[in-house]
Amino acid sequence: MLLAACGSDSKSTTPAASGSGSSSTASSGLKVGLAYDIGGRGDKSFNDAAAAGLDAAKAKYNLAPGDVKELEAAQGEAEADKEARLTQLADNGYTTIIAVGFAYSNAIKAVVPKYPNIKFAIIDDNAVQSPNLADLTFAEEQGSFLVGAIAALKSTKHHVGFIGGVNVALIQKFQAGFDAGAKAADPQVKIEDKYLTTPPDFGGFNDATKGETAANGIYDAGADVIFAAAGGSGSGVFKAAKAKGAKAIGTDSDQYQSAAADVKSVIISSMLKRVDVAVGTFIDSVKAGTFKAGNTVFDLKSGGVDFSTSGGQIDDIKAKIDAFKKQIIDGTITVPTKP
Amino acid sequence: MTSRDDGTGPASQVRIRAGLVNRLRQRYPLRSVLLGFAAPIGAILFAALASSAILSLGGHSPGDVFQTMFKQAGKPTPFVDMVNQAMVYYLSAVAVSIGFRMNLFNIGVEGQYSLAALGAAYVGGQLTGGGPLHIVAEVVVAVLVGAAWAGIAGVLKVYRGVSEVISTIMLNAIAVGLGSYLLHKLGQSSGNNIQTKPISSSGQFPGISYSGTHSKIFGFLIVAVVLGFAYWFIAGRTRFGFRIRVTGLNEEAAVASGVNVKRMTLVAMLLSGGVAGLVGLPELLGQTHTFSQTAQSGLGFAGIAIALLGRNSPIGMALAAVLWSFLGKSANQLDFIGVPREIAAIMQGVILLSVVIAYELVRRYRLVLQQKDVAAQLATGEPTERDAPSAPVVTA
Repeated sequence: MLLAACGSDSKSTTPAASGSGSSSTASSGLKVGLAYDIGGRGDKSFNDAAAAGLDAAKAKYNLAPGDVKELEAAQGEAEADKEARLTQLADNGYTTIIAVGFAYSNAIKAVVPKYPNIKFAIIDDNAVQSPNLADLTFAEEQGSFLVGAIAALKSTKHHVGFIGGVNVALIQKFQAGFDAGAKAADPQVKIEDKYLTTPPDFGGFNDATKGETAANGIYDAGADVIFAAAGGSGSGVFKAAKAKGAKAIGTDSDQYQSAAADVKSVIISSMLKRVDVAVGTFIDSVKAGTFKAGNTVFDLKSGGVDFSTSGGQIDDIKAKIDAFKKQIIDGTITVPTKP
Repeated sequence: MTSRDDGTGPASQVRIRAGLVNRLRQRYPLRSVLLGFAAPIGAILFAALASSAILSLGGHSPGDVFQTMFKQAGKPTPFVDMVNQAMVYYLSAVAVSIGFRMNLFNIGVEGQYSLAALGAAYVGGQLTGGGPLHIVAEVVVAVLVGAAWAGIAGVLKVYRGVSEVISTIMLNAIAVGLGSYLLHKLGQSSGNNIQTKPISSSGQFPGISYSGTHSKIFGFLIVAVVLGFAYWFIAGRTRFGFRIRVTGLNEEAAVASGVNVKRMTLVAMLLSGGVAGLVGLPELLGQTHTFSQTAQSGLGFAGIAIALLGRNSPIGMALAAVLWSFLGKSANQLDFIGVPREIAAIMQGVILLSVVIAYELVRRYRLVLQQKDVAAQLATGEPTERDAPSAPVVTA
């Protein structure tokens, strides 16, 4: 697995040496710009999954530092700021541009038609269709179903919890899948659902303290496994799990690999949302000249979502989970997308 | 922006006969004007020095950073973005300052404008046609919603003595929840986002083209300018504005002279909320045409900072809004020279802090000067060029 290579906490950009954005034209001809959602590189979750895809492409195509630019969103910014970020990437010579997160939807809609020769991709959104835009979405509910089943089977108290970063439709898909999976594996399971913030406050994706507080509440209520679908806030959930001697499940990236060493033991699995695969596939397609506009859904079948086994804590139930996985893929189980 | 004369003293009668030059000299004595400019300019210089020091410590060249920022702000698209953002900040600052004038701290602009924008977006999305009336309906809804939400705090203050600071902060939190609930009820999903039905073309505020960019300056600029004039006129030139100021300066004196303080408090709160309702409209009517979960937030708090920086003066707040917006927008380009753009937030903070300190220093210095003047007058028996009375402005 080529996930979450970045272990550093540094938030802000890879310094592009000096001078302005213009730099040596690389032999590969690829110039990739990435606009992150709130949290940016280093959130050890959603954004880092995108970063991992970029890093892989960087290595694969031997991209120079000047051929890659990463910019990050600010909390509560104006629509114009998102547009400006994409426009800046385009104006500074980046011809393969990826907007990470549905927050960029309206900005993409405004910017994409102005640059017909630049290939854009947006993660987690399919509201905008354009001949130079790839909409990359995921069947999160399918992966969440599997970790729901894992949580229920690993809970000794028949009591599990879900923590969503922000109460938006996207994260509700995680919740719907998780709840359904937990009930499918253990009909008498009790589930606590909790969201950290409500829009317009998107801070719940990047607030470890809130994650820890919420997790403590759920563990105290009697649950012993929590699925943290909360981006960067997940690290707080792991901390709480460690302190309470309980278990947790990560999201997006394989968080067992990226988490601090002292909390690794509590992470029994992660719901993998292979944003890195989506980013990599998109960059590959531009490089190979096989770019495909429109919506591509990454699901269990295509390996776009999955569950992780690193740490070896779910080896005993892996066969059961794989059985669920097969049933979802062949259509025996249809996972709800709304809780 | 600091020497405001009440226009009620005995001096005003003399002034009618005096020539224009004399009147100007008396209204705006040179020393007072210089002192007025000393505080903000000194603060900005100090902030520039402080941020240069921070940049140097981080191994960046301050010259490069400032040059990049100015170059960026001069480019057409960022320039338009900057003007648009400044306009929004200005509306928010005016809303806050209406309360400040009366010693009312309306911390709730944040909640007021977000609910107002949601209401205006919903109503605007339902209507079709109607020409300019479509826009008028949206603006009216926004003003009413903003005023109503602020009015809750006003009523609590007047009839129950609840501090408006507490109640507006609480109402902000409630507004977030209520807005989210209403958006789920009234909105439609667009991909993973939820937004209100887009406003049709008749309800969109036409923008002003600017050469060299597709981006347009929000047409709402006109409303902001008109509002600035109305604010200046009402606050400084009407009985109503005078009563508001008097109530803010000395409530007992106001009551004694027949001002209905309860009514004034409620009216000021409603006005402040009504103007707050406009804050979300430039972006809504000029760009997004829909209210979604990702709408801009934090404008209410920026408004507080800008009202403080501009000392509640219409011109001062406009300059402060432009400065705030300049720092925010021009910093975006810093990412391309390897400097964290968070430096702009540091500059904003340093400017605000140093402005507050500088105003206090100037106020003390002015007092000392006045005491000297008075002492000199008493000693010689002759009137000297007197300084204007210290400005009746709410200080932080």
